[in-house]
Amino acid sequence: MLKVSGIDVYYGDMAALSNVGIDVNRGEIVAVVGSNGAGKSTLLKAISGIQRPRTGTIRFNDTEISRTSTSRIVEVGISHVPEGRQLFPTMTVLENLEMGAQFPRARKCLPESLKKVLDYFPRLKERLSQKAGTLSGGEQQMVAMGRGLMSVPALMMLDEPSLGLAPVLVSKIFEIIQRINQQGTAILLIEQNVFHSLKISDRGFVLENGRVALTGTGEELLASPHIRKMYLGL
Amino acid sequence: MDPHYLLQLAIQGILLGGLYGLIAVGLSLIFGVMGIINFAHGQMMVMGMYVSYWIFVLLGIDPYLSLIVVAAVIFVLGYLVQATVVNRILDYPEAMQVLPLVAVGLVLENTALLLWGPDYRSPQTALSLETLWIGPVMIDVSRLIAFVLAILITTGIFVFLKKTRTGKRIRAASDNRMGAILVGINVNRINNASFGLGAAATGAAGALLLPLMPLSPHMGHDFTLTAFIVVILGGMGNLIGALAGGLILGVAESLSALFLPATLKQVVSFSILIIIMLFRPQGLFAGKK
Ligand SMILES: Nc1ncnc2c1ncn2[C@@H]1O[C@H](COP(=O)(O)OP(=O)(O)OP(=O)(O)O)[C@@H](O)[C@H]1O
Ligand SMILES: [Mg+2]
Repeated sequence: MLKVSGIDVYYGDMAALSNVGIDVNRGEIVAVVGSNGAGKSTLLKAISGIQRPRTGTIRFNDTEISRTSTSRIVEVGISHVPEGRQLFPTMTVLENLEMGAQFPRARKCLPESLKKVLDYFPRLKERLSQKAGTLSGGEQQMVAMGRGLMSVPALMMLDEPSLGLAPVLVSKIFEIIQRINQQGTAILLIEQNVFHSLKISDRGFVLENGRVALTGTGEELLASPHIRKMYLGL
Repeated sequence: MDPHYLLQLAIQGILLGGLYGLIAVGLSLIFGVMGIINFAHGQMMVMGMYVSYWIFVLLGIDPYLSLIVVAAVIFVLGYLVQATVVNRILDYPEAMQVLPLVAVGLVLENTALLLWGPDYRSPQTALSLETLWIGPVMIDVSRLIAFVLAILITTGIFVFLKKTRTGKRIRAASDNRMGAILVGINVNRINNASFGLGAAATGAAGALLLPLMPLSPHMGHDFTLTAFIVVILGGMGNLIGALAGGLILGVAESLSALFLPATLKQVVSFSILIIIMLFRPQGLFAGKK
């Protein structure tokens, strides 16, 4: 469903990604792991049209989208839950969620989507009229994911959803990602929590210095000596 | 000191302050969404005054009745300035955003000069000389109407931002630009609409001001400055703060007549600016960075 082939992304003269290719099939969870500065967030920005690749192609459901506007990319079914959450702090939780449903297709099923989101994150129910800026970090992450779901995406991209959360909450977030996936949404998951993310993923890609260094199924990668040494400290 | 005179000045100040508030809400809205200070804001207000003036002179339509048309014309002006100038400079460092907007102000000012000459004009509208006595206090009817309409328009803008889909998108873009882009909002279009709306607010204020003071091409600067001070007073990007700041400045300026000659009125606003910058640079009500 998503196929990124040979993209180069630059910030000024500095290459952040060189010749990167990844793909996500319908119904899959795919993890992209790598250390700080490897280019993981840049990859998501390229897919959602925020940072244009210099070369290469990005195809979603067989349509080239590497020059498409972000708003159109959201409309056709890719949602990006970014690093740092990027919520609307002075708007309420409910307003934040509603803002996730920008297009007619999503607006039509807004009540059902909202119900689903509150089902995944019951904690948000009692916070609906609270300003998003006053939420705890964990709650903000829930709103960010909830907002991402409100566009009824076919592919949801999550940038380090477990960052800064307490261990209990981390397991919970991974569990919810799996539930979202079981409902039919493909997931592209970026994580530094290598063990946890590869564990729930069908396949994974390892980014190092802006290149794909390794790829395989979640199990293969977890068993790979390179991963065990570099990322799991085993 | 005569308490009635004091009351009279305070009321006049509040009435004028409502207009300052409306002008500043426009400036603050633009700043909130784009982080840009519209240095042509006062000149846009003057454009509103001229549009209103010519509709009055040529068609005989009272400024209060043509208000919506004037606001619409200045909305288009703001929208075009955004689409042609401001969208190109959004990512520039702040110092480099100043000149293009000052330039827009100069172009507007000189366009007015070219089209309508340097003369002062004061139209005699139906209500411009009417007064009203409430006990011992005299109120100009046009001042009262201007205040009431300014508050209504400001409230209208608040409701628009709170309730409508476009209004919510404007708030979202103002709150977090990247977040707005990521949920699929066309932020360029929202920028245009926000600049248009901010300009329309100041244009409407111009129309309301028309019966109250003589009109000339060069009066824009002072209003840009006043609006800027009000916005700093209320907290940059804080709309309620802008309204409150407008009322405060209006009263302060008006009361200054007790101890300052009218020509030194600006001493008050500058003093307020300096005091605020020294002791509470974030504004009386918290704003954004
Ligand atoms: N806006 C930017 N301007 C210039 N360089 C940038 C910018 N954003 C990222 N970079 C650089 O690009 C490289 C990749 O950054 P990216 O944010 O994609 O890494 P990451 O894998 O997401 O890292 P982390 O795990 O720390 O989030 C880094 O070297 C970073 O310094
Ligand atoms: Mg990152």
